[in-house]
Amino acid sequence: MNFLRKQVDKIKPHFEEGGKFAKLHSVFDGFETFLFVPNQTAKSGTHIHDCIDAKRTMITVLVALMPALLFGMFNIGYQHYLAIGQTVTFWDQLFFGVLAVLPKIVVSYIVGLGIEFVFAQIKKEEIQEGFLVSGMLIPMIMPIETPLWMIGLATAFAVVFGKEVFGGTGFNIFNVALVTRAFLFFAYPSWMSGDEVFVRTTDTFGFGGGTLVDGYSGATPLGEIATATTQQVHLTAVNGDPIGLWEMFVGLIPGSIAETSVLAILLGAAVLLFTGVASWKIMLSVFAGGTAMALLFNVFGVNAAMSLTPLEHILLGGFAFGAVFMATDPVTGARTEKGKWIYGFLIGVFGILIRVLNPGYPEGMMLAILLMNMFAPLIDYFVVEGNIKRRMKRVKSTVIKA
Amino acid sequence: MMAKRIQTKKGLDIAIEGKPKLNTVELPIPDIIKIIPDHYPIIPKLSVRVGDKLEAGSAVLFDKNNPDILVTSPVSGEVLAINRGERRKILDITIAVDKTISYKSFDSIDWKKATADNIKTALLESGMWTYIKQRPYDCVANPALTPKAIFISTYDSAPLAPSYEYIVKEEAVAFQKGVDIIAKLTAGKVYLGVKANSDCNIFTEAKNVEVVRLDGPHPVGNPSVMIQQLEPMNKGNIMWTISLQAVLFIGRFATTGSVNFTKKVALSGPEVRMPQYYQTIVGAGIEDMIKDNVFDEKHLRYISGNVLTGTKIALDGCVAAADNQVTVIAEGDEVHEMIGWGMPRFNKFSVSRSYFSWLLRNKITPKFDARIMGGKRAIIMSGEYDNVFPFDIFPEYLIKAMITKDIDRMEVLGIYEVIPEDFALCEFVCTSKLEIQKIAQEAIDYMRQEME
Repeated sequence: MNFLRKQVDKIKPHFEEGGKFAKLHSVFDGFETFLFVPNQTAKSGTHIHDCIDAKRTMITVLVALMPALLFGMFNIGYQHYLAIGQTVTFWDQLFFGVLAVLPKIVVSYIVGLGIEFVFAQIKKEEIQEGFLVSGMLIPMIMPIETPLWMIGLATAFAVVFGKEVFGGTGFNIFNVALVTRAFLFFAYPSWMSGDEVFVRTTDTFGFGGGTLVDGYSGATPLGEIATATTQQVHLTAVNGDPIGLWEMFVGLIPGSIAETSVLAILLGAAVLLFTGVASWKIMLSVFAGGTAMALLFNVFGVNAAMSLTPLEHILLGGFAFGAVFMATDPVTGARTEKGKWIYGFLIGVFGILIRVLNPGYPEGMMLAILLMNMFAPLIDYFVVEGNIKRRMKRVKSTVIKA
Repeated sequence: MMAKRIQTKKGLDIAIEGKPKLNTVELPIPDIIKIIPDHYPIIPKLSVRVGDKLEAGSAVLFDKNNPDILVTSPVSGEVLAINRGERRKILDITIAVDKTISYKSFDSIDWKKATADNIKTALLESGMWTYIKQRPYDCVANPALTPKAIFISTYDSAPLAPSYEYIVKEEAVAFQKGVDIIAKLTAGKVYLGVKANSDCNIFTEAKNVEVVRLDGPHPVGNPSVMIQQLEPMNKGNIMWTISLQAVLFIGRFATTGSVNFTKKVALSGPEVRMPQYYQTIVGAGIEDMIKDNVFDEKHLRYISGNVLTGTKIALDGCVAAADNQVTVIAEGDEVHEMIGWGMPRFNKFSVSRSYFSWLLRNKITPKFDARIMGGKRAIIMSGEYDNVFPFDIFPEYLIKAMITKDIDRMEVLGIYEVIPEDFALCEFVCTSKLEIQKIAQEAIDYMRQEME
């Protein structure tokens, strides 16, 4: 450790102002603070500080994402081998999934962090950790068949126009990962929905080739429901077998890479809630809002989507993933405690509303969260205004008394 | 009658090693003392020149805005030097102390019959006035105004704080006398904040005050908490706050007719070998209590006051005039903690539970140093401040209004109800490492400049 510290101290002057690599100062600083906690001490105010920092916070979220990511990788392999009718080991399925997903993660990080490094250097600021989470979320919410160049393009768009133009981490209005997805959703809709993008049917880098089984259907359960002509839908897996609540809960269904397993997502939720990094109020109220809206639709129940039970809604699509990892983004969500209840509830409501009533696209969580991202400041405004009114009333009443 | 009770839930008590033992070492009056203008809430102008002879109680400084407000010398002696820094800012007035102290005699007054104006004159002349603080702005009180109420907190809830019950123990008479005099300065009430479970009769049975029991985590002992709960500050209100030590200064002055600026200082903190109290005098250096009494094999930080709101001082510096505490912690600038963000950090304190030290909070006392433990960021996390801020205010919104220096917004969001020290815990827990007390101080200074 001392050796490493000495090496860092030795090369440090080259990256300072006037040094050979001064243009890479932010990058160097990023790596230095990654390796060693900065030894900068308090100049004003409190002399001691809580040891929490942005790095720990973001790493905690990354840890929480791991179960969903790993399961997602496995599920990509599982769905693939199911589609081509081969029985292989768990490790083969996982290996196939890793091969398929890893390039997406690499592209997202290289493009996003590259842009962040450049902006940090231009602004002469430290590199911010926000993209560590966004960069992981982006591939996790993509269909497996989204081409790498699309992910790169969308990531660049989201980082520049979704975040940096507003001032960087902490200033963005919309969740960066969802901006990426929304960009692709509107720019290349055929690559973001339908029954050809959620299951990899071809080989990956030469592994896992095969021919599709008879009766193959690559539609997600929500896709099946959206296109159903009867009120009762018998959901099927890619090979035509029926699927039930258990498969939905565990996540052995087609869908965006890491959104299918409610079990894995709940593990992540446990990490976020246990550490206190995410707001339990938002999480809980998203589920409450979704349940309320689903029950309301059940009353009418004129088509398949309206007849879905609240539990099915929560188990399918990106509902749980959005509730746990997207809605709880503190920067783009409501920031007052009262506001969090309203914000979360409305995400749940709109998520189901869009899902059921939107004829073009079977999923609603992305749009619901982006919509509420926009309204979060308004919700907070009214909550804060309540406090202000109380204060003004007190001022008024004492003036009259005097 | 049952005493009033204020109970708060929001806040945070931070356990740190080095709580001062209830034992006092009497330090001799040093050969040299320093009057440091920064320790007083005034814009300093000199009343003395090098070579002037002073008595204890002679004016050394006066306030540029109100020349009646004086800082007086705690000792008799000769002005040795007036040290100046950048732009001729006065850093300190060094006084060589006489072998035997002679005291300036002030006109004796009958305190019982004295009017508020008589009292004000006496307190101004003797240099007591600089210890009376005013809300809004937490500046020195304007003697031309009458406050709506006066607040004295005898409970310092900050980490390792001195026990005022111990400090007041032998000065019951001076305390009551001080309170009696202060009570004449307001048409309203004098509130005396007392620790919830205090059995100190001097406080709980004090006359001429309304005793308020304070129950909850830090910052429950801050006067702002009492003010908000009892007489919330509105725009245009004037309130005064006086520290317990200042009450004693005033009380002693009233009983003896001369100034007596001796005080007990609690030496505390994890780097102190023998944390205890020292009897010393305003302006005395800290070296006498520090010598051979700290673990100085590493870089140390000396703080006048507590770890949350105190001021960093040098080893040859002195305790701020209004402080009863010195804290010594490790500076930590020679520590390079590897991949700290990835470690379990069992011996580090965090409220966030993302480190695992909270599981062992009762078993391991966390170690602290002065590192800020991270890089500065924009505000990311929400709700952090609310948990440690026991006021009916949205701290994050007020802080943002302060950063943008938006006076109208600050007013409606409650700026008059709080002072920088109330944000200390927000600053402590902040993931984004914002210097919130500095932000608040700058905003309040700006506001005062624009409004007055």
